[in-house]
Amino acid sequence: MSLSKVKFDKKIVLSFWIILIALIIAAPTLLPVFRLNLLGRYLSLSIVALGVDLIWGYTGLLSLGQGIFFALGGYCAAMYLQITSSSEFPNNIPEFFALYGVEKLPFFWEPFRSPVFTFFAIWIIPALVAGLIGFLVFRNRIKGVYFSILTQASLLVFFNFFNGQQKLINGTNGLKTDVTQLFGQMVGSEFMQRIFFWITAILVIAAWFFAKWVVKGRFGNILIGIRDDEPRVRFTGYNPVIFKTIIFSIAGGLAGISGALYTVQSGIVSPQFMTVPFSIEMVIWVAVGGRGTLLGAILGAVFINYAKSLVSEALPASWMFIQGGLFILVVTALPEGVLGWIQGDGPRNLLQRFGLKRKIETYPSLEVNNKEGNNE
Amino acid sequence: MNNQDLLNLINITVSFEGFLALNKLNLNLKKGELRAVIGPNGAGKTTFLDVITGKVKPTKGEVIFKGKSLVGRKEHKIARLGVGRKFQSPRIFENLTVKENLEISVTTPKSPLNLINKNIKDEQLNEIERLMKIVNLAQKVDSKAGSLSHGQKQWLEIAMLVGQKPDLMLVDEPVAGLTDEETDLTADLLKSLSGENTVVVIDHDMEFIRRLDSNVSVLNQGTVLCEGTMETIQKDKKVIDVYLGRPED
Ligand SMILES: Nc1ncnc2c1ncn2[C@@H]1O[C@H](COP(=O)(O)OP(=O)(O)OP(=O)(O)O)[C@@H](O)[C@H]1O
Ligand SMILES: [Mg+2]
Repeated sequence: MSLSKVKFDKKIVLSFWIILIALIIAAPTLLPVFRLNLLGRYLSLSIVALGVDLIWGYTGLLSLGQGIFFALGGYCAAMYLQITSSSEFPNNIPEFFALYGVEKLPFFWEPFRSPVFTFFAIWIIPALVAGLIGFLVFRNRIKGVYFSILTQASLLVFFNFFNGQQKLINGTNGLKTDVTQLFGQMVGSEFMQRIFFWITAILVIAAWFFAKWVVKGRFGNILIGIRDDEPRVRFTGYNPVIFKTIIFSIAGGLAGISGALYTVQSGIVSPQFMTVPFSIEMVIWVAVGGRGTLLGAILGAVFINYAKSLVSEALPASWMFIQGGLFILVVTALPEGVLGWIQGDGPRNLLQRFGLKRKIETYPSLEVNNKEGNNE
Repeated sequence: MNNQDLLNLINITVSFEGFLALNKLNLNLKKGELRAVIGPNGAGKTTFLDVITGKVKPTKGEVIFKGKSLVGRKEHKIARLGVGRKFQSPRIFENLTVKENLEISVTTPKSPLNLINKNIKDEQLNEIERLMKIVNLAQKVDSKAGSLSHGQKQWLEIAMLVGQKPDLMLVDEPVAGLTDEETDLTADLLKSLSGENTVVVIDHDMEFIRRLDSNVSVLNQGTVLCEGTMETIQKDKKVIDVYLGRPED
């Protein structure tokens, strides 16, 4: 890596941090609570995007089913909020049960009375489900497009199952959280929404550092090795099944946290979290932001969703076209995504094309080698 | 078969939907031996390595390595038992640096837990440095492997193979696309590795095989046609007919 590039990277990172910290501190006072809440939601989506980047950008596993784990996290959070806020309702169970004549709380709701259990369930349950699905799929050496199809099929199975279970989890209607109470405060209140914004911002940073730690060093290199040449990894003595299962499980856990944060800030969790387009959008955020960059996943999730809300307010019907166009543009013109392009030599090449910047000899040593008559 | 042997292939048959890529192949390797395997295109040389390394399961026959059967074992388990392989076209991790490639090969144990929470051991770092010197890549430590020349890629893969410290090294066409000078250096390197390691080298390049100065097995149509020193096989009528008699490619 050349010196100028290192400096360039450092500048990006530094300015990013300054902007980010300023934003987090100022956001609750600068933004009206409506905008703040939107920003909080988009930030929570960036956590699921980080997981997508780990499995797809680094390990080459294109999952179209991350909505499963996202929704599971959301349901865990919503069940806790509903069950602990149901003292005025008949039988002391959430209100919707009365609609279907259910009088006794289904057994699996019971542990969600505990905040500690819920705290762990939000990420461990999705991680376990992902680990199980992953292990079965990877052990049978299902790869590439077959893996993508399988994850999408699983998504549909979960979607249909959750849709149909009125008596267990209110089916299509989902579970509302905005009128529930958390530690004596209304979840949908401005006060709580501000708190959730802070929590989300902190967790995004924590998740980012965690993901960086995961891909740093030899573990991350094996993930890249699996992406680029899995048989080679096997013949070197590593078992890719274990590595893929672990990373898929981590991505599932991140999706769960993301879903829980998203749920409390949007006020509801429903099977809509498990629709096919939503899980595909997660992939688009990462593709546009930049695969294998982590930061690109965060920025992609936040900016695309922010753009989506702005466009949808102005021209309600056009967002799908814009998003599709964006995706095609990135795939064809910037295959490494926006951040990948910036971190590469993209901007310099562009400036050069317009004659604004002199060509820099990035790898003079290589050119010397070529003169000596090496093969490439 | 005797207990001096590191590897025995007994009556190996591999059928790809009826086509016999290997046909009752028998081959034994002694510990520390250097063995060259030659044969025309499609003779089954690569398939023979695929069988040993677990990539292809033989339709019939047994593979005995250090007294254990390898048939039906997973690739990574076979690798951990001490079988290392270099592929026909260089297979290195192009998006990783030279050093990272070598780290992957020298790391033990190869478990996720060891990789994620421990730093690489000092002795492994020393080993990487030694390997980089041997294959002349010391200046390229932090270069992406994808930016290396073809010859350097071949050598990096050989270094990765050595770094894995296998008892048995299987080397498929290591000098394809190398300059004459690089070819000679590679031959010397492989020769120096045998003795301590057992090495199987597959190649078409006769000059290179001659330089290895080892026993040669000639493969044809999935079976061993003839075995012996370069002199003996060159005189063998069958070998002349199928292979040496033809112009080399
Ligand atoms: N997976 C497969 N399915 C069907 N046929 C195969 C398969 N792998 C190899 N073969 C066939 O088996 C035969 C032996 O192939 P192999 O690659 O072992 O030859 P080789 O001796 O290594 O040749 P080369 O010198 O060209 O590398 C060839 O005819 C090849 O087409
Ligand atoms: Mg071959």
